[in-house]
Amino acid sequence: MDTAQDIENDKIIPFPSPVMIQEDKTIDNKTHLKLRIIKDRLFKYIVIVFSLLSFLPLLLILFHITKNGISVINWSFLTELPKPIGEIGGGIYNSIIGSLMLILLSSIISIPLGISAGIYLAEANKGRLSNIINLCIVVLQGTPSIVIGIITYLWVVAPLGGFSALSGGIALSIMMLPVIIKSTEETLKLIPYHLKEASLALGVPYYKTILKVILPTGISGIMTGILLSVARITGETAPLLFTAFGNQFLNYNIFKPIDSLPYRIFYYAMSPYPEWHGFAWGASFILVVIVLAFNLIARGVSAKWKVQF
Amino acid sequence: MESSVLRIESFSAFFGENQVLKNININITPNKITALMGPSGCGKTTLIRCINRMHELIPHARVSGHIYLKNKDIYEMEPIALRRKIGMVFQKPNPFPMMSIYDNVIAGYKLNGIKLKKEEADHIVERSLRDAALWNEVKDSLHRKGTFLSGGQQQRLCIARALAMNPEILLLDEPTSALDPKSTAHIEELVVELKQNVTMLLVTHNIAQAARVSDFTAFIYLGELIEFGPTEKMFTVPKDKRTEEYLTGKFG
Repeated sequence: MDTAQDIENDKIIPFPSPVMIQEDKTIDNKTHLKLRIIKDRLFKYIVIVFSLLSFLPLLLILFHITKNGISVINWSFLTELPKPIGEIGGGIYNSIIGSLMLILLSSIISIPLGISAGIYLAEANKGRLSNIINLCIVVLQGTPSIVIGIITYLWVVAPLGGFSALSGGIALSIMMLPVIIKSTEETLKLIPYHLKEASLALGVPYYKTILKVILPTGISGIMTGILLSVARITGETAPLLFTAFGNQFLNYNIFKPIDSLPYRIFYYAMSPYPEWHGFAWGASFILVVIVLAFNLIARGVSAKWKVQF
Repeated sequence: MESSVLRIESFSAFFGENQVLKNININITPNKITALMGPSGCGKTTLIRCINRMHELIPHARVSGHIYLKNKDIYEMEPIALRRKIGMVFQKPNPFPMMSIYDNVIAGYKLNGIKLKKEEADHIVERSLRDAALWNEVKDSLHRKGTFLSGGQQQRLCIARALAMNPEILLLDEPTSALDPKSTAHIEELVVELKQNVTMLLVTHNIAQAARVSDFTAFIYLGELIEFGPTEKMFTVPKDKRTEEYLTGKFG
């Protein structure tokens, strides 16, 4: 960020000075020029300071979590189940597996739906229906996650007769949908029209053109959207309170309650035991690492799979 | 009358209320190059897009009249089957960016799900690239991405891709308008050589290009076919005053 500004600055400052100072010898103009240079510098520093300030909270969070969390992390913390109250030790293996299962479930539900809707919006972007869908997506994106949790409780948990991993996956997939739809739509809209023409002119049917030409060309943007949406829902707690609920034991059955990292953090942090507080920090650290990893993978994917036109 | 591979009969095209082609009649002679020339917006691109029914992608487009491909009305054929018989090369080179050169050439088969044996595919790729005069330049890098080629090479790759489908007619929509003079000359040479195998329709706004490569020329102005005949005749003794004015650069 510094270099770009420096280049800008170098351009702005010497440009008027050699010409104007020679031509206008009045003092008035010189002071005016100096003032302008000072203003310019001032603006630059203010921008730098503010951008550093916005960066600071993230650094503090990472520092704090690492400081408190790293000490409890060891092999048994990652591979053991929680111990009953009163016993020392235990780990968060069930929560890690639970979170991964929830991510998998919600991805299985939301990826096909999201990509299909994204294709529709990109292809039929002038119709009334696509306007309505667009509006719905905006509203869905703004819906508080706790509300999504309650709705899923009413629709899935109550009819099924109990908390389950499946209902948690559904709640999270509702949160993933808007992100996937929007990123798919935006990616596909950027693909040049002439590629579609090239395929259609070869006698390729429309659906094959979309599936075999348009989607592979936009794969980097679509994958990035999916990974970012996964990163977003990995840390969601509120919708899981009403759906996946939490589970002290290891569970692979999607019709039974399941644990998750954010839920475990909540549970440990609310407890009165200092050891569990430490566990909460440790789980937070793992969660942040997972989210960070998804974000980094997303960047890598978008850079590596980028298709040049 | 000479035999014709493509017959356009009292053909009109409309976009909504706007009539862009008015009662066009042309007979396309096989294994010749027919140039469609005229000022921008005269409807020449629309005409060749109607021939492989690509105009149907545009909402509110409709046509009247007939186009016969070997005595079969193309508007009674399946567009997908039709487009496999009529190849098209576009203004801007548009190889598929996610495919290698090899896959680009047989894209018409691959995307349509037509299974080819390895030898068959190799044969088609080599023959098409040789026909498109690109084989010697790319034979060692067949599995690199097509987008690494230069603009002129990309356009020849697109021609190879169209030729791989063994089309009866090749539509060229201003194929050199995005290319530099050297690549343009290369493509023009190639087009002249190709007419042994395939009938071509060449849209161009470049009068000199029409004179250099075509056997027949159609001059279209404001959606009307003003004049159609052998290129030599039209460029030396144009029948219509408007053709003469266009050729001498008075408008267009």
